[in-house]
Amino acid sequence: MMAQVAPVLLNFSLLGYVIGAVAGLLFFRRERLANFFAFGSASAAGFCGVVASTLSLLQGTTMASQPVQVLPSLIPYVDFTIRAQPLGLFFVIIVSLLALAVSMYSLGYARGFYGRKNVGVLGAFFNVLLLATTLVFLADNAFFFLIAWEIMALSAYCLVSYEHEKDESRKAGVLYFVMSHIGSGCLILGFLLLFQAAGSYGFDSFHAIGDKMPADRRNAVFVLFLIGFGVKAGIVPLHVWLPAAHPVAPSNVSALMSGVLIKTGIYGMARVFFDFFGAPPNWWGVTVLAIGVISAVLGVLYALMEHDLKRLLAYHSIENIGIILMGLGAALMFRHTNHNVLAALALIAGLYHTINHAVFKALLFLGAGAVLHATHTRNMEQMGGLIKRMPQTALFFLIGAVAISALPPLNGFVSEWLTYQSLLQGYGTTTTLIRLMLPFSGAMLALTSALAAACFVKAFGITFLAQPRSTQVRNAREVSFTMLFGQGLLTAACVFLGLCPATFLSLLDPVTKELIGPQLSSQLSAGNGWVLSGVVSDGGTVSTLAILLGGICLMVIPFVLWLLIAQRAPIRIGPTWDCGLKGLTPRMEYTATGFSKPIRMIFKALFRPHRELQREYDFSPYFAKTLRFESHVEELFEERIYRPARIWILRAARQIRALQAGSIQAYLIYMFVTLLLLLLFAL
Amino acid sequence: MRLELGNIVLQTLLLLLLAPLLSGIIKNWKAKLQNRRGPRIWQPHLDVLKFLRKDMVVSEHASWIFSLAPYVLFSTVLLAGLMVPMIQTQAPLSLFGGALAIVGLLALGRFFLALAGLDPGSAFGGMGSSREMTLSAIAEPAMMLAIFTTAIVAGSTDLSRIVQTTSGLTWGLLNPTHIMAFAALFIVLLAETGRVPVDNPATHLELTMIHEAMILEYSGRYLAFMEWGASIKQLVLMTLLANVFFPVGMSTANSPAALGFGLLVYMVKLLILAAAVVLVETTNAKLRLFRVPDLLSAAFVLATLALMSTFLFQ
Repeated sequence: MMAQVAPVLLNFSLLGYVIGAVAGLLFFRRERLANFFAFGSASAAGFCGVVASTLSLLQGTTMASQPVQVLPSLIPYVDFTIRAQPLGLFFVIIVSLLALAVSMYSLGYARGFYGRKNVGVLGAFFNVLLLATTLVFLADNAFFFLIAWEIMALSAYCLVSYEHEKDESRKAGVLYFVMSHIGSGCLILGFLLLFQAAGSYGFDSFHAIGDKMPADRRNAVFVLFLIGFGVKAGIVPLHVWLPAAHPVAPSNVSALMSGVLIKTGIYGMARVFFDFFGAPPNWWGVTVLAIGVISAVLGVLYALMEHDLKRLLAYHSIENIGIILMGLGAALMFRHTNHNVLAALALIAGLYHTINHAVFKALLFLGAGAVLHATHTRNMEQMGGLIKRMPQTALFFLIGAVAISALPPLNGFVSEWLTYQSLLQGYGTTTTLIRLMLPFSGAMLALTSALAAACFVKAFGITFLAQPRSTQVRNAREVSFTMLFGQGLLTAACVFLGLCPATFLSLLDPVTKELIGPQLSSQLSAGNGWVLSGVVSDGGTVSTLAILLGGICLMVIPFVLWLLIAQRAPIRIGPTWDCGLKGLTPRMEYTATGFSKPIRMIFKALFRPHRELQREYDFSPYFAKTLRFESHVEELFEERIYRPARIWILRAARQIRALQAGSIQAYLIYMFVTLLLLLLFAL
Repeated sequence: MRLELGNIVLQTLLLLLLAPLLSGIIKNWKAKLQNRRGPRIWQPHLDVLKFLRKDMVVSEHASWIFSLAPYVLFSTVLLAGLMVPMIQTQAPLSLFGGALAIVGLLALGRFFLALAGLDPGSAFGGMGSSREMTLSAIAEPAMMLAIFTTAIVAGSTDLSRIVQTTSGLTWGLLNPTHIMAFAALFIVLLAETGRVPVDNPATHLELTMIHEAMILEYSGRYLAFMEWGASIKQLVLMTLLANVFFPVGMSTANSPAALGFGLLVYMVKLLILAAAVVLVETTNAKLRLFRVPDLLSAAFVLATLALMSTFLFQ
């Protein structure tokens, strides 16, 4: 019975996005109707998608075999076929879960655009984005994959430039568009090379094709896909579009972009590196692991320098993509040495972190969106005290912050624990010097998560705690029920993924079976599913549920002491200690910039901080009348790579312009020469 | 690996009672070494009792985070302590988490401590939080790398398993891997417990302070749990250092005689470590804040060398 339900629900889900997109456009003059139908339909579709993909993954591989044609093909070579394979289904869970939560949230959030912007257009593109992303995960041949990929990129571009009256949005949109197409170009080349070897565009014909290709061509394909998918995932140094584009999009779209859209890059890498290629050479794994480490550390360091709440979150996406790639890179390294169990463990760590990051990053973006909705600012230096004005949002944001900082007992800790385990246990897989890289990457992961914790102390503390730093923040009010519901749903997902990892890991069994071979969920859980254990015997165990319960049990001690000793001691409310001045004002509070100053100073070789201080005084410099302080850090990649590249490209374009002389004879000669060259080449 | 309630209760009591005693001994010895008379060694116990009885003043700007933080700190450090082998090679809660969970739990406590520093809106608290999070972030890779080195030798992140492996080494304890990893963790210990070259536990209201700045707004029983939690954290880290690197005399059986002997040896190891901390605190001046990263990077380099030497000496 269940075997038939899942595919039907999956089709319902796709249909739901189509209906949502059409409804958004139909009602584009009736904003309330457009809002209700577009986002309502998307959340129903998301719900169907979650149920369908979870059911089929629970059944294992039974439904994965048959390709289904979704549209009649009118052009030769182009088949619009989808096939529900385990890896794709796992990502469909992610996109559907986020579609459900974010669409619920959008029902309330889109009201902020009433009378100002066209909500119907927002809803339509939102649905198109979800549809295209789902199809990317399900597409069964290279053509359909690339078409879905392009629709996804274009609809995301439209959503980034939704508030196109702002200069910032337009610039970010163009940057995203250009970078995205550099990536697409690499993907097309990569697929063409694969086609050359396989003779067909179907993904099943690509399976293990790498073993049949000559080594240099295989390496070329690896590099092309690494760049192509890397741009989408936002790896350093291809990340520059990400912190520009994610913050300027409407917050519900930012949540989708950081939660799902960049994960299409991870999906692509997992599909290509593990499914299409057989045993990889060692340097692939080393490269991916190194990129992961660099992205993680630099991502979090740049995040610490931000005081724009949404940009901060965007930089954290780069960090988390780095952590995911550490898992994938380690898996490639272990696969090279034929340690398939460890490779599967590392892949599980990466994929678990993929869904975790999707959930908590979407949650945090929704929280940031709620704050933006209530205060109309993204600048943390103007916030403060929101925990008393928006208590539920604050609680949800706090849980997201604990999760992303990899603190027990929530989900970020679980996936990082799995990553550490795979890195440590992989030490024995080789005897070459390269194995030192594994624990070293582990140390860098520790640095990353400690810095992430610092960054989220800053993000939560400056935004939600202490006194408000501006009037619009002082007058902020809690957001509507639907917005809270969306956040609550993702919070529940964070808690579930954190406390019940063993339950969830069984969903990953078909995925590791499809890509690598072993199924690990029974080895990874011990103690009736309460305890998570490393795959090697005695490799280490952890139980997040027991940590939570143990922590609660230990609260008995303070309670008993309170009962025995402290019960009669009263609590007084008083002012914060102000050193005998006339009361503290919000201007005396620590700022976000101040909070990250020690890090800025310690890593000044990277940041090259620039500060300027001007003061006017009458008699003593210690009693200044006015003070002007300016400080900024250098964005290394923009300044040192992208700006010179842009200048160079413009200069080259000006040189090439000479070719376009305007005389028809010259153009005829160009054509003739080109034709000759092509004929010579063909000989 | 069964859960034995008796062991859990015993270790909890040891953690609760020994931690203030250790702080008291360090304070007393430090004073003696500086030609002062010093407080009694059980003064920290009395302080905790006194704070519990006192009235509390809570800032008007503070939220529920401020009230929650002392309890989070207290229970996370206790839970971490129950995962460390103390007088037995088998830690009571080793099934529920090893070295990685301990680091995570300490980080969770620190996270809430730093938030509580920001909560009342005073500049001191913000400054303390900022410095605490920065320095702990810099200390973290050194700490993890040193732990990884021992974990790799044992093939496990389970501390009981690590202790059992190292106790088989006897004279092998003097190999360079072990010594350098120990040195790295000792520096991290000084940083994490707010000892002199990094932070000064004796100052109040100075621009150099870190830990004290965060808890400046606390009073009454909240302060009691903050201070108690901080001393338990110190005990946990010192136990980790003492038992992972010198697993001598730890009891493997559950008999009273073995446990008593284990306790005795454990106390001796702790006192030696305490003496080392006292010596370092008395003979060094506090470093300028921006010199501390140099010290911590030295710890990281030591840990890296320890790791490299596992490669060379095997």
